Amino acid sequence: MSETLFEKIWNSHVVVERENEPSLIYIDRHLIHEVTSPQAFDGLRANHRTVRRRDLTVATIDHNVPTTDRSLPMIDETSSIQIKTLEKNCKDFGIKLFGINDPNQGIVHVIGPQLGITLPGSTIVCGDSHTSTQGAFGAFAFGIGTSEVEHTLATQTLWLEKPKTFEILATGKRKNPFAVTSKDIILSIIKQIGTDGGTGHVLEYRGDAISDLSMEQRMTICNMSIEAGSRAGLIAPDEKTFDYLNNRKYTPKNYDELVDDWKNNLISDANSKFDKSFTIDVNKIEPQVSWGTNPAMVSDVTGKIPTPEEFGQNNEIQIESAKKALLYMDLKPDTPIVEISIDRVFIGSCTNARLEDLKDAAEIVKGKAINSNVCAMVVPGSQMVKLEAEKLGLDKIFKDANFEWRESGCSMCLGMNPDILKPGERCASTSNRNFEGRQGSGGRTHLVSPVMAAASAIAGHFVDVREWC
Amino acid sequence: MKPFTKIISIITPFDNANVDTDQIIPKQFLKLITKSGFGKFLFYDWRFDHDGQKKSDFILNDPRYEDSQILVTNENFGCGSSREHAVWALKDFGFNVIISPSFADIFYSNCFKNGILPIILDIEKIKKLLQYADKIELDLASQKITFGDESIIFKIDSHRKIRLLEGLDDIDLTLKEDEKIEYFEKNSTIVSIFD
Repeated sequence: MSETLFEKIWNSHVVVERENEPSLIYIDRHLIHEVTSPQAFDGLRANHRTVRRRDLTVATIDHNVPTTDRSLPMIDETSSIQIKTLEKNCKDFGIKLFGINDPNQGIVHVIGPQLGITLPGSTIVCGDSHTSTQGAFGAFAFGIGTSEVEHTLATQTLWLEKPKTFEILATGKRKNPFAVTSKDIILSIIKQIGTDGGTGHVLEYRGDAISDLSMEQRMTICNMSIEAGSRAGLIAPDEKTFDYLNNRKYTPKNYDELVDDWKNNLISDANSKFDKSFTIDVNKIEPQVSWGTNPAMVSDVTGKIPTPEEFGQNNEIQIESAKKALLYMDLKPDTPIVEISIDRVFIGSCTNARLEDLKDAAEIVKGKAINSNVCAMVVPGSQMVKLEAEKLGLDKIFKDANFEWRESGCSMCLGMNPDILKPGERCASTSNRNFEGRQGSGGRTHLVSPVMAAASAIAGHFVDVREWC
Repeated sequence: MKPFTKIISIITPFDNANVDTDQIIPKQFLKLITKSGFGKFLFYDWRFDHDGQKKSDFILNDPRYEDSQILVTNENFGCGSSREHAVWALKDFGFNVIISPSFADIFYSNCFKNGILPIILDIEKIKKLLQYADKIELDLASQKITFGDESIIFKIDSHRKIRLLEGLDDIDLTLKEDEKIEYFEKNSTIVSIFD
């Protein structure tokens, strides 16, 4: 019988299956961070339980870490306690931790692939919704809550209802692949299918426009699958996938054998059926800028802020949401996107802080300086990305243009560390969520690609980066 | 977990769509390392002004709804971050039931782990419910909401229902399947990270 890629991964991980019940699914990789794990470890202690598979579990510290000089003591005591708690939990339960001063520290979804921990065909969980990033490698990777973190630690399994499948077919070729990025592709998709378009589904991105993308670009797409409400995003592995994971720190010893197996199995069969399907022609995509308070409120850079009625199209709920969003964002309908001035620029996050993102942004910035009204920062996704970028001299390009060059972490994507917007500040951000207050109470977030963020930092307002390259 | 019992309460009408977990519990409160005490931070930026004073026009600050255990809201509730703190905050604030036309997947699953019953109802039924200001009766065992002379039957996965009604611990139940987990481990290709 024909099966989709997701169904193949699911079927090969079923431990218990009974009619009309959730299935017990085996978990191959469990990644942990400091924010969603302390209560899970407390639960293990209270019930005298241990970690079932320490060899399938790793931890890092990313959400709370300061991105400034780490030799200095941490100012925020509660963050410090949370970090120390993870250090103690990892020590007590025998879990490998990439700690605050480890050269492999970084955003959990960045270091998984970078260390070769992420593997095609595997099931991967983390107490973080952007775990979907790792679906770019053909893994079923999804975010879970703290109770499920505890459940995975204790049993290496989870009870899951089988999600439905949703094909996203991306056809055509981007007209200017440097300026129109995978971030623009995924923002366009979310704009069209909505923030709950993928609820209950696993998205599989297919088509030539997806095969064309590098692994890092694919990760940006899968990363934001959760912003369309989906359980996970998935891309079938190919030679680019196998090359990317080769010779990493934790690449398995029998890697070649595994690759042979993956090549034969990890693809949706020709006649497989998806529960839903959506097609997008990337030829028509422009650079995207979000204007509202959810990731479906997005416009072409050459466009204008829509009226709530234009956005909502007879849907009262959407019209109301758009009115609230425009009020919060302090924007008026019909304003051209390129006339919106910005105060801050954030190039970072698990969406867009890998080496290619920084290289592309540096290409725009090179030899220029940021607008005097703008504060801008670059926060590499991991310490390894930072080191590689520095070897290429990217840090110098950014610093010469007056960007701040920081240590790695989640940083201003969600502002759990000191990197936050002040009330009313407007930020061009390469992150994934433009929710109210996400980057700081009262802060206003516009989601864009790294090259758009870089160009806007220089101009002081949004610009069509296609005119710059 | 305590078994889920019959609930008699007025509803809190909360007419917002796409409420994300960043709103339910803003990030500055995610640094606690316990599960308790999140209720006071629920919807913090919507409930309090910049000086920490309660905003009088926000529904959760309305004394009429103080004892309400049932939140009735709009589509795609709980979207965004997987933070279970959002559910802990709603529970700690006093909500045991959330009724909405749709929920985000992770939030929906997190509710059941903490004794909150999320009920999916179509918008027409919700509108009817919203018109009723007195106490309603919600019985999970019979899957029935009774208000005045009317009643609505709601759907729920039978296994989730039993777990809520009996207050069962998921991990205990899973450990009963230990032989099957061991069998899976022996007969599948599981690649250790540290080989």
